[in-house]
Amino acid sequence: MLAINIFEPYGFQFFRHGLVVATIAGALCGLLGVFVVLRGMSYIGHGLSHAVFGGAAASAVIGINFFIGAGIWGIVSGVLIARVARRRVIGADAAIGVVTTASFALGLALMNRYGQASKSIEAVLFGSVLGVKVADIIAVSIVALIALAVIVVWYRKLLFSTFDPDVAQVSGVNVSVVEMVLLSLLSLTILVTMRVIGTLLISALLVIPAAAARMTTNSFSKLLWISPLIGAVTCFVGMNLSYHLDTSASATIILLDALIFIVVYTIAGTRNRMKMASLGHV
Amino acid sequence: MSTPPLINCEHVSCTYGNAAVLDDVYMTLNRGEFVGVVGPSGSGKTTLLKAILGTHPVAHGAITMQPKLTLGYVPQVETVDWYFPVTVEEVIVMTRSKSTWWPRITLAERTAVREVLERLGIGEVAHRHIRELSGGQQQRVFLARAMFRNPDILIMDEPTSGVDVRTRHEVLHLLADLHADGLTILLTTHDLNGLAAHLPRLVCLNKRVIADGNPREVLTPSVLEATYGAPMDVLEHGGMPLVVDHGRVQMRGEGK
Repeated sequence: MLAINIFEPYGFQFFRHGLVVATIAGALCGLLGVFVVLRGMSYIGHGLSHAVFGGAAASAVIGINFFIGAGIWGIVSGVLIARVARRRVIGADAAIGVVTTASFALGLALMNRYGQASKSIEAVLFGSVLGVKVADIIAVSIVALIALAVIVVWYRKLLFSTFDPDVAQVSGVNVSVVEMVLLSLLSLTILVTMRVIGTLLISALLVIPAAAARMTTNSFSKLLWISPLIGAVTCFVGMNLSYHLDTSASATIILLDALIFIVVYTIAGTRNRMKMASLGHV
Repeated sequence: MSTPPLINCEHVSCTYGNAAVLDDVYMTLNRGEFVGVVGPSGSGKTTLLKAILGTHPVAHGAITMQPKLTLGYVPQVETVDWYFPVTVEEVIVMTRSKSTWWPRITLAERTAVREVLERLGIGEVAHRHIRELSGGQQQRVFLARAMFRNPDILIMDEPTSGVDVRTRHEVLHLLADLHADGLTILLTTHDLNGLAAHLPRLVCLNKRVIADGNPREVLTPSVLEATYGAPMDVLEHGGMPLVVDHGRVQMRGEGK
């Protein structure tokens, strides 16, 4: 009886599509989240998702393809943030604040002005498994493959420019290009996952799995495995739970991520205290 | 015919926004030299290094270098994120980022890392996390990373900042050995007695070059006052100049 209940949602095509997109999205966000967390860019994930919302709203109102409109918007926002931040007149956090909130405000204004587009805009804000198409699966898979390829080929460049950008620059790594590619990948990731997770919660998926994984290992290469694994598993389980509990898929996924973070944080804290206590006897 | 300098700074000025940090700096660095740049906080020492490294723009003037120079840079250890998840080996191999796309460390690289670590006396720490090292070992790891590139010039920003006396001695002896092996070294330091006084050549900087020469010529009360804006005495101890700060502060209750 229990087995029938567990597999019940798999009878619906929309759920199967949503599950695939969410699981790949979880792995993808977990993978890029490693760089977001280690670079102290947690706010940029939040900001870019808001910026992409502006592009999504504009696409819906103008009637152009969502991926093209919001994608270009997101990449342009990422590039703008990087350029403004590099000029050092204002800090990176202020640059993110200015560019992304302006974009978000534009999205909201468009939503108010053109009410007929509000339904799709709300789906972008909060995410929805309904209406996930094969095109979404293809899009998220392509972005995941691109991200994986970039991280494998540029592994050392990414590691070096994340750990020590000044010395990386001196050693011949084009740090600006690496940063730009990373921001573009982030924008694309937000773009292809926002329909399921929603712009308001996507940043959590970029931060929590990587932050939890960070507490489990001191190895950068292991981090690149553990974080996507946490992201994928929580998305998979969260999607199933959301169906049975009748709760929002994105909210369930993020709560599950938060729960894992709390558990890991507690275990890591206890382990550290035990280590300190044992050192006290030395 | 004299050999041209490795680095030639001519009338170099740098700014942060509208504020001038370096003003008409002229300095040369020749092959085989060991030069220390001293000056107060905000005097432009780090900016000068960054301008030479090409990470800070030169507003006026020019920095010319001999072609195909390889620079090894050791930043201040205080700027390092010690909680970053990397081992010593990974830190050192990072410098080969440009020449390979293969993410894994090869056997040849592993051997080269071991060689450079052994040369610096820390052969056993390759697989340890950077946070698990002592202050002296941490400084040596970043020195090893710079040396891994086989640099023509080693550039170090405050190599003895925030380290204890023993580590300072270790670093100084290590640098002296590397210099004896023919390496050209340029460093900045706040440590006048512990490090600067031991170097063959000192440049006193406070936005512009105040003095340039042997520590015995440069570490004089007039030059130090012009550099630091505060009176200082210079004594002699063991045949070396010893700088004594004039600024004695009367502590509460003292002398009662």
